[in-house]
Amino acid sequence: MQQSDIKNKNNSADISSAEKSTENSASLELRNVCRGFGDEWSREEVISDFSLSINPGELTVLVGPSGCGKTTLVNMLAGFDKPDTGQVLLNEKLITGPGMDRMVVFQETALMPWLTAYQNVVFGPKIRNDLPGRELKKKADYLFEKVGLVEFKDKYPIQLSGGMQRRAELARAMINDPLVMIMDEPFRGLDAMSRELMQEFFVRLFEENRRTNIFVTSEIDEAIFLADRLIVLSNRPTSVRKIIDIKLPRPRELNVLSSTEAYKYKRDAMELLHEEALKNFKRSTPKADS
Amino acid sequence: MTQKNPTVNIKEAPTGLALKIYNWKKSLKTLTPYLMLVGISLWLGTYYLFVEGWELPRFNKLPGPVEVITEWINPDPDWGISMFSPIYYEHIMISCRRIMIAFTIATCLGVPLGLFMGWSKTFRDYTFPILEVLRPIPILAWVPLAILMFSGFETPVIYLATLASLFVTTLNTLLGVESIDKEYFRAAKCLGSKPHHVFLHIVVPGSLPFIFTGLQISIGVAWFSLVAAEMVSGEFGLGYMIMDSYMNITYVTMVIGMLTLGFVGWVSSALVRLAGNRMMQWRVRALALEGR
Repeated sequence: MQQSDIKNKNNSADISSAEKSTENSASLELRNVCRGFGDEWSREEVISDFSLSINPGELTVLVGPSGCGKTTLVNMLAGFDKPDTGQVLLNEKLITGPGMDRMVVFQETALMPWLTAYQNVVFGPKIRNDLPGRELKKKADYLFEKVGLVEFKDKYPIQLSGGMQRRAELARAMINDPLVMIMDEPFRGLDAMSRELMQEFFVRLFEENRRTNIFVTSEIDEAIFLADRLIVLSNRPTSVRKIIDIKLPRPRELNVLSSTEAYKYKRDAMELLHEEALKNFKRSTPKADS
Repeated sequence: MTQKNPTVNIKEAPTGLALKIYNWKKSLKTLTPYLMLVGISLWLGTYYLFVEGWELPRFNKLPGPVEVITEWINPDPDWGISMFSPIYYEHIMISCRRIMIAFTIATCLGVPLGLFMGWSKTFRDYTFPILEVLRPIPILAWVPLAILMFSGFETPVIYLATLASLFVTTLNTLLGVESIDKEYFRAAKCLGSKPHHVFLHIVVPGSLPFIFTGLQISIGVAWFSLVAAEMVSGEFGLGYMIMDSYMNITYVTMVIGMLTLGFVGWVSSALVRLAGNRMMQWRVRALALEGR
């Protein structure tokens, strides 16, 4: 019993040191990026001349009105999509496609339903065959403990609750030791309670190893609670409306949101978002009095 | 000391036969088996009344259920065929063998074909128009061609059944690949998958539910076209038995053939479903959670 305890400690020490070595977080940069969709005669620029640099080791939150092209940005950062003009750079190097240095956590769960939670988590290292079996198991077990899903290892995703699915998905991304985590509205669709729990869980996770993180959301509270830097996006064509540095103390707890500071950030951001949303609303609704 | 508390009497989960008996007993407590029995007896009763009871016009020429069942279990059949005559089983076995061959060929060809069509756009562009032109041609229209191409009785019949189920399997597999959520492909790529990994770990398992739905339809279609083919050309098999009894005005035997066909067809698609559930435990659980 004791022996195994010691062993466990050793294991986690090994792994956390391994994690620290990957702490050399990366910077991301978008340089004059343009991306539009549609044919020549019906072309709509979703993103035009968009520039933004994302600092290493920071949690950058992108917030914007719905339909403003957040997902298009995510797709380009992840490498699923390429800009028409301009460049997307990771550590000054051009991004040409998806890679395991950037892990994406998707809107709705993207766990393979035909694999158990464990099989899902080890999917990446297993197909790349870049970790010996014993080490992989050790790492996976450590991550399962971390996300609190040890008893659910052998369940299929459908048997897990929404929050558990998201945690399994986080583990599936973290096992690859990515330089950057890209989260595209990852907590959408969760009920309010599990959403809050996930936010707290996620913020702790981030504060532990401060990996470069891009988090896309349309929830302003979530944005302020998580962010080091809050990027408020404008309507289409998307540009940076304002960058707000969130200087709330870390480690954060949810009650930080009731501070006057947080309230001020929220009011600022809300004002901008409201303006942008209104523009979109006016554009899309026919004039009522005509 | 060791007082037994009936509410926390946790039993070990039954396995194997014990589990089957447990599930069977449980199902007896639901309405399902009784409703099924009522349904069958209602159908038999109507059949009896229409044909033998009231002798309604149009129905009075048909053999009634009493006549059919007595003949079926008659050790010395009046019209030549009952469950005691070896020829009856020969017809069944020959049809089953043909179905097995046709279904196996169609599955071995159709599933990979559909998977590749769904996976590779180029391959799909090559093949899709051909599939779509050939698919609507009724299987009976292929009969002359089959007879021209193959000699004897056996090969044309198998060929026709294969052809019919091949189209169904291919199309369903293709739809299965298309039904896979794009996020899974993205996730796999993000995790470092090469194209062959995507094929093995996403395309194949992701399309399995559709493949098995397709296989259930395809085995039905195989029976359908097999019987049609046996009626046109053949010297054994259930289709032949039905047609032959019609020609010889032994209508009772004809109905026995029809009912046998229905029963064998039902068993065969149940087997396909069973195989599907074996291969898709994740889906069985998903459906169980939805209460199905």
